[in-house]
Amino acid sequence: MKKLLFFIPFIAFVALGAVFYQQLGKDTEYMPSALVGQQIPDFKLVDMETDAVVNNSAMPNEPYLLNFWATWCPSCSAEHAYLGELAEQGVNIVGVDYKDETPAAKRWLAERGNPYSLVLLDEMGHFGVDMGITGAPETFVVSATGEILYRHQGVVDEAVWKTLKGYMQ
Amino acid sequence: MIMLPEVGHYLLILAMMFAFVLAVLPMVGYFKRNAILLSTAKPLTYVMTILTCASFVVLAIAFAQDDFSVLYVSQNSNSLLPIWYKVSAVWGGHEGSLLLWITILTLWAALLALKSHTLPNSTGPVVLSVLGIIATGFLAFILFTSSPFLRLLPDQPVDGVDLNPLLQDIGLIIHPPMLYMGYVGFSVAFAFAIAALITGNLNASWARWARPWTNVSWAFLTLGIALGSWWAYYELGWGGWWFWDPVENASLMPWLAGTALIHSLAVTEKRGVFKSWTVLLAIFTFSLSLLGTFLVRSGVLTSVHAFASDPTRGVFILALLVIIIGSSLFLYALRASQVKSKVSFGLTGRESWLLINNILLTILTLTVLLGTLYPLIFDAFDLGKISVGAPYFNAVFSPIALLLIIFMGIAPLAKWHNTKGSLLWRMSWLPAILATALSSLVFTFHDFDAYLWLSFAIALWLVLMCVRDWLDKVLSTRQSLWQRACKLPRHYYGMQLAHLGVAVSLIGVIFVSMNSTETIVRMAPGDRVTVAHYDFEFLGTRHVEGPNYTADTGIINVYENGENIAQMLPQKRLYQARQQMMTEAALNPGFTRDLYISLGERLEGDAWGIRIYVKSFVRWIWLGGLLMMAGGLLAAWDKRYRRKTGA
Repeated sequence: MKKLLFFIPFIAFVALGAVFYQQLGKDTEYMPSALVGQQIPDFKLVDMETDAVVNNSAMPNEPYLLNFWATWCPSCSAEHAYLGELAEQGVNIVGVDYKDETPAAKRWLAERGNPYSLVLLDEMGHFGVDMGITGAPETFVVSATGEILYRHQGVVDEAVWKTLKGYMQ
Repeated sequence: MIMLPEVGHYLLILAMMFAFVLAVLPMVGYFKRNAILLSTAKPLTYVMTILTCASFVVLAIAFAQDDFSVLYVSQNSNSLLPIWYKVSAVWGGHEGSLLLWITILTLWAALLALKSHTLPNSTGPVVLSVLGIIATGFLAFILFTSSPFLRLLPDQPVDGVDLNPLLQDIGLIIHPPMLYMGYVGFSVAFAFAIAALITGNLNASWARWARPWTNVSWAFLTLGIALGSWWAYYELGWGGWWFWDPVENASLMPWLAGTALIHSLAVTEKRGVFKSWTVLLAIFTFSLSLLGTFLVRSGVLTSVHAFASDPTRGVFILALLVIIIGSSLFLYALRASQVKSKVSFGLTGRESWLLINNILLTILTLTVLLGTLYPLIFDAFDLGKISVGAPYFNAVFSPIALLLIIFMGIAPLAKWHNTKGSLLWRMSWLPAILATALSSLVFTFHDFDAYLWLSFAIALWLVLMCVRDWLDKVLSTRQSLWQRACKLPRHYYGMQLAHLGVAVSLIGVIFVSMNSTETIVRMAPGDRVTVAHYDFEFLGTRHVEGPNYTADTGIINVYENGENIAQMLPQKRLYQARQQMMTEAALNPGFTRDLYISLGERLEGDAWGIRIYVKSFVRWIWLGGLLMMAGGLLAAWDKRYRRKTGA
């Protein structure tokens, strides 16, 4: 019996090795949001087009994508063209211009096309904090009633859209 | 000349073959009792070391010559990079740092071979052979999954991607080599332990041989961790010095286990007890070093330090881990159960105090291990994603560490086997009262916080107990104080120095947390702001061109009592090759306080967001680390390790 005690370290290690093996190759970057299943937090932000302060009631009455972007973010320019394609297909996308300079953002949309039905200015990044984002770009799928259904960190492309689409129904 | 990278690769293949022969021949020699086979261990070790080092030099040359046809060089260097960063870029990525790892391993093995004449004839070759097994595994890992010599032919890029700007720093030139010296150095203690299990020679003598090696490795690891913490402090731009990041934990765990090992080796050598426990600790310590390597390189955990993840590498290194750690634990299970301690264990002696030390250090190690692996285990059972951060570690780690430090004061006073309680009481009542009183005195000038008050009292207690013990030793005879002080052995001073280092670090940690001020302000040129009786005046920014970056430098004058004491120049850099922004904080270091400024984001016009920190005693944290390192080295250089020990 006492002899078996000396096998404890070995057994513990083997168990740990099994856990490691299972975890190999998993995507550690995947981060579900704690906000999934909850309503969009209350906000008051400036609408880029009208310069008026708007709140949650300005959001679309159909499922839509909430996309955080900025002119300083290289990945955002990478996904911009694809967002344009989605908009042409009739997907409703609301953009949040995150910690950005408004003139630069306006120029950017004028040059590259505007995929957004509404652009909100989050110059100080407060709304970003409320939404728990860690950087740009990040995209949320939101239901017609304002419930957050899914969160994606990073660039939206064709592969990602397949997942997002599932949540848009 | 153009073939040099191929030569480097070829040298590595040869090194692996020699390592493999080293892993086999002396081992066969031991079991067949063949002296000729045993005697091959030393020359094989030397050849393996020379081949590996040569291969390392070849890679360094490829970097120095900007040979961007080599994939690894093109990914981690750039023609504009200053030469010293080109050389340190050798270990800036996964492949090269692994080559550094194995180079250091072979250097330790060669050093051991040089010193092996002090070991019995059969032990030395077996120890070297165990190191040969480890070297074979890691050389195979490099050659099969992570060779730094792969070419990008025929389309060789005109210029390299550049070294990650975070790593373009003096701290990162020396931090990895020091850290690896420590990590890898524990392989020597490990090899001694395995050799002891194989030969069945589990007496006190293996502990005596392993002690200086363990001390030196521990000293390097201490320095490596301190350097890493110092680097994070000034380079990451927000003034923290420890983040409980998985990779930091990966270096802390072997350090904690290694600290336990140092103490348990002492007991095994002096009293012949804890034999099988010490062997287990030696295995445990090196296993944690290997585990760290696995966690950093397999991509199972997210971390700011992590190398790009690659599942093939993960599988390979996991297999390596299972073979090395699994087989040594299995061997341990088979052999250690046969060991019997002959010497009785004194319940009131120093061995009991050191047992407490070992229990607490092991608990600390497991605490960190659990915190680090918990997200992984949680995810493995599909329970969701969680992250374990500083709150867990601070809540669990620090009380146990404080308890450990209380015992640290007492243990050196205790005698082996048997200590009278009255002696301990006589020695310790005065330091205990003084420490409490002094700590209370300090807190009359500061907002009272029970936890910090207690921590500070404990730090003072440790210092006073060290002094008390020294005084007791130098005053106990009629010889003059100086003569007596000189006669005390080096390992005693080494211990005292290391223990004082712990106190110094602890004092640093306490003062930083209780007396630091930080503000984030918007400043336009000409604005002044007062932080903790220092006035900061923002004069504006100017544009600066570096060798491989452009930068905005903020110019800030600092006044104390109306007198200009410093001009500080924080920078916001843009590294061109990677288009990466970096914050370069400005520091005004001092013995009792650091001023720390980092440039935030540019706001409207010439106004900037600026972070200003005033941190008390922050330097003491690393000063303590240096003292610990010096203590470890001093103890390893004690005269008694030089004597030839029994054949």
